[in-house]
Amino acid sequence: MLLIQCPHCGARAQTEFTYGGDATRERPAPESVTAEEWLDYVYLRDNPRGPHLEWWHHAAGCRRWLKLRRDTATHKFVP
Amino acid sequence: MSAQPFRAPHGGRIDRRRPLGFTFDGAAFSGFHGDTLASALVANGVTLVGRSFKYHRRRGILSAGVEEPNALVQLGAGARTEPNMRATQVELTGGLAARSQNRWPSLRFDAGAVNNFFSPLLPAGFYNKTFKWPPAWWMGYEFFIRRMAGLGRAPSAADPDCYTRRFAHCDVLVVGGGAAGLAAARAAANGGAKVFLLEQDFCFGGALLASDAEINGAAAADWVDGEVDFLNGAPGVTLLARTAAFGVYDDNLICACQRLGGGEVFDAEKTKKPRQRLWWIRARRVVLCSGALERPLVFPGNDTPGVMLAAAAVTYARRFAALAGRNAVVFTNNDSAYDVIPALHEAGGAVAMVVDSREGGAGAAAAALAEQHGVTVRRGAVVTAVRGGRRVRGAVVDRAAATVDCDLLCVSGGWNPTVHLFSQAQGRLRYADGIAAFVPDGGADNFTAAGAVTGESGTAGCIAAGAHAGAAAAAAVCGVGVTVSDAATVTVTGDLCASMEPITALWTVDGGRGKAFVDFQNDVTAADIALAHREGYSKVEHLKRYTTLGMGTDQGRTSGVIGAAIMAGLCGRTIGAGGATTFRPPFTAVTLGAIAGAERGAEFMPLRRSPLHHWHVNNGAVMVNVDLWQRAQFYPRGGETMMQAVNREARHVREKAGLVDVSTLGKICIRGRDAGVFLERVYINKWTTLRAGRCRYGLMLREDGFVLDDGTTTRIAGGEYYMTTTTARAAEVLAHLEFYAQTVWPELQVHLDSVTDQWAAAALAGPRAREVLAAAVDRGAAVDNDALPFMGYAEAAVDGCPVRLFRITFSGERAYEVHTPADYAEAVWSRLLAAGAGFGIAPYGTEAMNVLRIEKGHVTGAELDGTTLAADLGFAAMQKADGDFIGRRSLERPGFQAPRMELVGLAADDDKPIARGAQLISEPGLPAQAVMAGHVTSACYSANLNKEIALALLRGGRGLHGGKMFAASPLSGASTPVTVTSPVFIDPPGERARG
Repeated sequence: MLLIQCPHCGARAQTEFTYGGDATRERPAPESVTAEEWLDYVYLRDNPRGPHLEWWHHAAGCRRWLKLRRDTATHKFVP
Repeated sequence: MSAQPFRAPHGGRIDRRRPLGFTFDGAAFSGFHGDTLASALVANGVTLVGRSFKYHRRRGILSAGVEEPNALVQLGAGARTEPNMRATQVELTGGLAARSQNRWPSLRFDAGAVNNFFSPLLPAGFYNKTFKWPPAWWMGYEFFIRRMAGLGRAPSAADPDCYTRRFAHCDVLVVGGGAAGLAAARAAANGGAKVFLLEQDFCFGGALLASDAEINGAAAADWVDGEVDFLNGAPGVTLLARTAAFGVYDDNLICACQRLGGGEVFDAEKTKKPRQRLWWIRARRVVLCSGALERPLVFPGNDTPGVMLAAAAVTYARRFAALAGRNAVVFTNNDSAYDVIPALHEAGGAVAMVVDSREGGAGAAAAALAEQHGVTVRRGAVVTAVRGGRRVRGAVVDRAAATVDCDLLCVSGGWNPTVHLFSQAQGRLRYADGIAAFVPDGGADNFTAAGAVTGESGTAGCIAAGAHAGAAAAAAVCGVGVTVSDAATVTVTGDLCASMEPITALWTVDGGRGKAFVDFQNDVTAADIALAHREGYSKVEHLKRYTTLGMGTDQGRTSGVIGAAIMAGLCGRTIGAGGATTFRPPFTAVTLGAIAGAERGAEFMPLRRSPLHHWHVNNGAVMVNVDLWQRAQFYPRGGETMMQAVNREARHVREKAGLVDVSTLGKICIRGRDAGVFLERVYINKWTTLRAGRCRYGLMLREDGFVLDDGTTTRIAGGEYYMTTTTARAAEVLAHLEFYAQTVWPELQVHLDSVTDQWAAAALAGPRAREVLAAAVDRGAAVDNDALPFMGYAEAAVDGCPVRLFRITFSGERAYEVHTPADYAEAVWSRLLAAGAGFGIAPYGTEAMNVLRIEKGHVTGAELDGTTLAADLGFAAMQKADGDFIGRRSLERPGFQAPRMELVGLAADDDKPIARGAQLISEPGLPAQAVMAGHVTSACYSANLNKEIALALLRGGRGLHGGKMFAASPLSGASTPVTVTSPVFIDPPGERARG
């Protein structure tokens, strides 16, 4: 079980968090986006081996959505 | 009770003033406080303790600890019975009842032993190769294989005991309370760290409990007592004996299982205490001092009872004053086994001969020991056969004609560091030729190993290494320099094995006849490994799975390295290149009870109750579980059936007035300057136009365009809104809103708070609802249609309790949701019922609520199933013409323009119920193949319409009103003729709600 550094609450157990997936995508302005770009935003996610920027929702804590970088190969959070 | 014929007259860490009676296979024996079950059996001269897994061969006690593959017993009876318990680790208690396993009808005569004679037909992979064809026979094979499989028997009744759990944090966690562990704990404590020390045994000391070395001039055991006393008195140190660390998880989370009860017979009914405690310990640094386990040697007949690891024989003699035999032969490839000579001598036994496989023989200290006791040493020799059945009678050396008589054959093939937890911590292992074993090689974060687990064998070296590791761990955590106290530097005399070298690896003895076992528990022989090699299973992981080597409950603690080494030899590769199999948690078995803890039965999941729960129960409601909630399903009167009660309640609401508890609705308080703009982007409809004091129905989508949830939101005042969500999606909706508020539109000033538990809610519905409400509110607050019109909001008081009144309807009747702070729930509810008595009010449950909403075509989770669009459900007109909202862009997908599943109503053409989940097809019956045009999402009997009705999703359904279909359910075997209708069965214009 990971120990996650919440910037608001400090180090907390993984059970307090909900994983939110890839945090590298930004929601494009819907009116100025092509169908392909929108599809990419809604459905397509990378699954890299190594450092990956991810959403973690501190659901049983401060309820902030945190953007954290985790190495998917080692499970370590990296700066 | 017998007289313990193999107990030495004095010595040992046992309390002879506290004799304990126990039984083994029904026969009564006695032992002493401080014994293990195994040591008590040894003291009583019991050598045959079990039957092997596959060939049902006779087996005796091999070890004195966690590595034991043979002496597995069934403890206790009934619901408290436990199978596969290692006798070498079971603390002896008075009245303990143990039974041997895997034998029938008895341990001495076992019918299954016939397998031994058929063993040429049962090679490795036998089951894999044989029980394959034909496929139709698989079920039959399974029946017989399952009967043969397994050792002990699992209890068939629920576990009557209770278990507990503790979460802890520490600076330095030390695993193992032997020489290195005690020194590490002391050094870490001296460095100012908060320390945990875990020891699986009921005594601290590890191998020192069986050592005759002197530390600083005192017996090793006395040094142990001194260290334990120091640690018990040291601030910030937690000492846990009987606590097995079994798993290392991310970021140094160590899980350990502690046996409670302190050596007394455990009887939870009497003590009312928990039986075991599961520890979750988050450690900033871990120092692993898990020691090493001795390896046996592989030679024909090496599984005969009376063949025992040399260190185990020493442990039984010194720690337990129990003689594993009176006349021993020692077979070894290293010096450590020579310790058997003085240990047996002190306890009244003798060593007849040492068979040392090394041409050069032993080191100086060991050789001197043999000479001093006049023991013959055969250098460069091996044991090639063993005589004896139920107990060793003699050993044959180098295929000589003569047998060397003995009743104990001590073996040592070297020592394997107990690296399992290091490997679990993602640490690397390296094969060390010097000691012919795998040792830790770094790579684990904040996790170090010290002592015998690194290959160190000398007592002084282990203490020094432990102290340095403990001090370094404390220094790293506490931010001070490494200081190792004088206690780390000890003078040790009489330590036979200051170094493991010289050791000459001896993996198998060649040329003998008979089975030479590598894995005792799973009956894997050296020949089986050769077979696996011939058949191409030469990778260690393949070897394991093909032969089952190391797959028993002992997880190959004595066999794994030997198997890897023999395979490496066959392949002509180095042992290091072949590697070891992966070590995974748990290191030792953990009871499911300890893992479950208190989370079982009714406590498996949290239970949520409405603030009105007790009123429902006290007034005869039948309660039903809905997700985590308990809700009132219906309120039967007299001898009413469920159907009768639900029909009555549903009719009552349409004819008079009803009251239903809707406190389970998700409620979110939305505040801030931009709350309106936020709602505009969250819902598909228009929100910035909503005035204070008004409610609006809203539909929110996911970004992929499908409907997420629906509900009403009310503008309480200014920038304060009150949102309700469906009961089921409350948590999901809040997280969804938080995501957008915090990450997508952080520029919006909006705050979200869940207030689900803060507000109780009741829906008052029916043609008389307004009269009931008017009678209930204090000082005649205005609730007429002008003051509180449809979709209006007002604040008032009921019996002095503040209430929020929402003119919204789920039933389609004139209705008001009355919300009040949870503490006032019962007061307000009771007042509404009292005020409504003259108008014929009655409470109704979730079942009638469901009937009423189906009659109105209102959707719930059954229709909002993640595949429906707003347009599918008839909400196309609700969507605003311009402006962004979540999911809008996805609605332009070409795929969404094609004919889709649309919400329709169904009315049964006869009086048969329509099955929920039934497929809509165009032909009667249950044809094997049919075009499935849609499916039934919700169905009920409508007492108000006196017919069976349903809601369904039907392809192009809005264009099919009036059409005939069949609702076919292969599950229930029903096929019901139905007519497709509008989903709104009652009051299509909605006049009842508005008037």
